[in-house]
Amino acid sequence: MSSTYDQIANIIAETCDIPRDTIKPESHAIDDLGIDSLDFLDIAFAIDKAFGIKMPLEKWTQEVNDGKATTEQYFVLKNLADRIDELVAAKNAGTGA
Amino acid sequence: MDLDYFKLIDRIVDLNLGERTIVVEAQIPEKHTIFEGHFPGFPIMPGVLLTEAMAQSSGWLLLGVLKFERMPFLAIVKEAKMRGFVSPGQLLTIEAKVEHEGSGFAVTKAKGRVGKELKCSAEITFGLAPFPDPAFRVHMDAMATKVGFPLQALPHD
Repeated sequence: MSSTYDQIANIIAETCDIPRDTIKPESHAIDDLGIDSLDFLDIAFAIDKAFGIKMPLEKWTQEVNDGKATTEQYFVLKNLADRIDELVAAKNAGTGA
Repeated sequence: MDLDYFKLIDRIVDLNLGERTIVVEAQIPEKHTIFEGHFPGFPIMPGVLLTEAMAQSSGWLLLGVLKFERMPFLAIVKEAKMRGFVSPGQLLTIEAKVEHEGSGFAVTKAKGRVGKELKCSAEITFGLAPFPDPAFRVHMDAMATKVGFPLQALPHD
């Protein structure tokens, strides 16, 4: 599993006081780990800082609300790690995120 | 400082949108019923009000950064430290800076001083949302004028 995933899992464990060994790549941040929107603000801040990005949470939420995406695409941790890798790659390529 | 209306900031002394910093002043009133209970014979500003003053200072900064297009709502207070007593009649100077602007949220760090003495500090997270009511926005415009918000400092599109 990618180091991105490990970093995210560590951030979630520390921020939300969730035992690290209960967090899996297949875990859904909301449905499985019970992370609420306030805790997710903290997580987003930590992820933004750790990776030097700005996770487009509002865009993602809008896509889910509009039925253009599922929550699994963004909030299952292995998928979240992929999205973050994409944002980091876009940033490094100078295309913005 | 108008404690009855929860308006804790008197004036904006400096706003630097490039550096994303603000300095404000808040004059602690000489007398208020709060000080009769907190505490008899030893009146001091409650820590929650110092925290709120730091939040309001950060709020004015974020309103500037957001060009008054969205309202910052207090969400998380971390590492709030009351480092010394603040007494009636003292002038509290609060400086705040934007630590991070995320998607739909922002984090600031704020410090309050009396003279050169650091009295309080905190890291504060805000949710950023559209004004829920037009009257609210009108009210904030009026308040901005009252606290000396330098509206000319706002970037124009």
